[in-house]
Amino acid sequence: MADTGGITRADVAHLARLARIAMTDEELDHLAGQLDVILGSVARVQEVAADDVPPTSHALPLTNVFRPDEPRPSLGADAALAAAPAAEDGRFRVPRILDEE
Amino acid sequence: MSDLIRRTASELAQLIASREVSAVEVAQAHLDRIAEVDGKLNAFLHVDADGALAQARRVDAGEVSGPLAGVPLALKDVIVTKGLPTTAGSRILEGWRPPYDAHIVERMREAGIVVLGKTNMDEFAMGSSTEHSAYGPAHNPWDLERTPGGSGGGSSAAVASYEAPLGIGTDTGGSIRQPAAVTGTVGAKPTYGGVSRYGLIAFSSSLDQAGPCARNVLDAALLHTVIGGHDPRDSTSIDAPVPDVVGAARDGDVNGMTIGVVTEFKGEGYQPGVLARFDEAVSLLEKAGARIEEVSCPHFDYALPAYYLIAPSEASSNLARYDAMRYGLRSGDDDERSAEEVMSLTRDAGFGDEVKRRIILGTYALSAGYYDAYYGQAQKVRTLITRDFTAAFERVDVLVSVTTPTTAFRLGERVEDPMAMYLADLCTIPSNLSGGPAMSVPCGLSADDGLPVGFQVMAPVQADDRMYRVAAAVERALGTDRLLEQAPAL
Repeated sequence: MADTGGITRADVAHLARLARIAMTDEELDHLAGQLDVILGSVARVQEVAADDVPPTSHALPLTNVFRPDEPRPSLGADAALAAAPAAEDGRFRVPRILDEE
Repeated sequence: MSDLIRRTASELAQLIASREVSAVEVAQAHLDRIAEVDGKLNAFLHVDADGALAQARRVDAGEVSGPLAGVPLALKDVIVTKGLPTTAGSRILEGWRPPYDAHIVERMREAGIVVLGKTNMDEFAMGSSTEHSAYGPAHNPWDLERTPGGSGGGSSAAVASYEAPLGIGTDTGGSIRQPAAVTGTVGAKPTYGGVSRYGLIAFSSSLDQAGPCARNVLDAALLHTVIGGHDPRDSTSIDAPVPDVVGAARDGDVNGMTIGVVTEFKGEGYQPGVLARFDEAVSLLEKAGARIEEVSCPHFDYALPAYYLIAPSEASSNLARYDAMRYGLRSGDDDERSAEEVMSLTRDAGFGDEVKRRIILGTYALSAGYYDAYYGQAQKVRTLITRDFTAAFERVDVLVSVTTPTTAFRLGERVEDPMAMYLADLCTIPSNLSGGPAMSVPCGLSADDGLPVGFQVMAPVQADDRMYRVAAAVERALGTDRLLEQAPAL
C-alpha cells in the first residue's frame, strides 16, 4: 500500500513539471489541497483484495488489427500546416529546443 | 412553422420524405429556435447555418435519403468537423478548424442528417455540469439556474429545448446518460466499439464512446443505427452488424424478461423523489410482464474511485498532444524561450482547472512508486466490476438503476468541490469500465422539486437491442416521450 503522506506543494510542482504545465504558486497550493482529498478518496480501491486478479486495461479483448501496407491519399502539407501556430517554408516553426548558452 | 420543432425525428423524416415540408424549412425552423432561445441556454458554441441549409438543400434535391434524412442535429464539440470550429470546450483549441471529418460526421452526411452546429461541453469532456467549459456553462431548460448535466450538457439542453430533435454525445463515465437524465431526454452509450472513435477527440481512450441523444427511444435507436457499425480506421471498432435497436425500440415488449435491480445503487445519498420515480418504473415493468430481481454487484461501490484513477491516467497521456507546436494555442513564444517553456506556458494558459487537476492526478497515479497501488489496483478493480456484470447477466437480462443520484443540481453548487461533482457519475461508470451498453430514459418528475428523473438500463456487451427494448417499455408505460411538454416555456 502506498501512503500519499499528504501531497505537498513541492510534490505538485514536480508533477506539473512532468506534465509540462507552468503553474503559479497559487495554483500549486490550491491543487495540493484538492489532490489530497481526491487521492484520499480514490485510495479506496486499495481496500479490495485483488492479489490474484488480473488487471484489465481495456473493456474488450483486443487483437492487433492490420491493413495492407499500401500508399493512400493523405493530408497535403498545406492542410497539415493550416492550423500551425507558426509555419515557415512548408514546415512547422517551433521555438528552440536546445540550450544556446 | 413553429410546430415543426415539436415533432419527433422520425415524424420529421416522414414529412420531408413525403414532401409535405422541405428539409430547408425544417432546418430554418430550428435555426430560428436557436436564435430565439440559445442566449438563455448557451447550448451552442458554434452555429453553422450555411452548412445546415446546404445539407438540407441536398436532401430536398433528392441527393441523399434515409430514415433520418433532413433531420437536424446538435453535435457535441468534441467531434471533429472539417473546416468548422472544434474546441472540445477548451481555450487550447480556440479557433481550430480541423482538416478532416470524424467517422460519425461522414455517416451523418451520407444519411442526410443536418448538423446545426457544435454544442457546449465540459472541457475535453471532463465534468458533470458543463461548468468546466471555457466558454461558460450551458443552462437547463427546466430551470435556467441549474445544470443540464455534463459533459454533454450542450447537446442535452439543445434537445430538451427543441433547438434540435437529435444530438450526439460522448460518454466516458456518463456524459451522455447523466445529461439526458437531468433534462428529461433519452441518451444511449452504445457498446464500447459500437461507434467508431475516428475523429472523436480523445479523453480516456479505453472508455470513450459516442452515442445518440433524442427526445424519445425510437429516435435514439434510429440515430444509433446511422452512426454505428464497423470502421477500419478505429482499431477497437467492432466488426459486426449493429444490433437491431430500431426493432427493439418499436417493439418494447418486456414480457418474460428478467430485470435486475442493482442493490448498491439506492438508499443513502440518493434523492428520495428520484428513488420514488425509479421504483414506480420498476413496478410498471413488472406489470408489463417482466420478472424483477434484486442483484448485488459488490464491486460497483469501487467503480467511482477506479474510474478517477483510470480516466485521468489515460487523459494525462492523451492530452500530451497539446504541445503548442502543430496546432492549437501557442502562448509565450518570444523567440527567446525554449520549446519546453513555451509548451508549459501554453498548457497553463490553455487548460482549465479541472483538466489540469486530472492531468496532475493521472501523472501521479502513473508515477514510479505509486503505479501499483493506484493505477494497477484500479485496473484490477475493473476486472472485478466486469466479473460482477458477467455473474449478474447469468441471472438477469438487463440491470437497472437510477441514472444519477439526484435531479439537476444548481450551477455553482459543486464546482469547487471535485468529489461532490464526481458523485454525479456514480451509477453510470460501471458500464464504461466493462464496455457494455447503457442508456437513460426519463421516468417522470421528482415530487420534491418537479425536475426530471432518469432510469438507467445496462445490458451485456453487444446486446444494445435489449436495453432499447426495456427503455421503450418504460417510456410507453409512463408516456415519458411527452415529458418535455411539462417543461416551462423559455
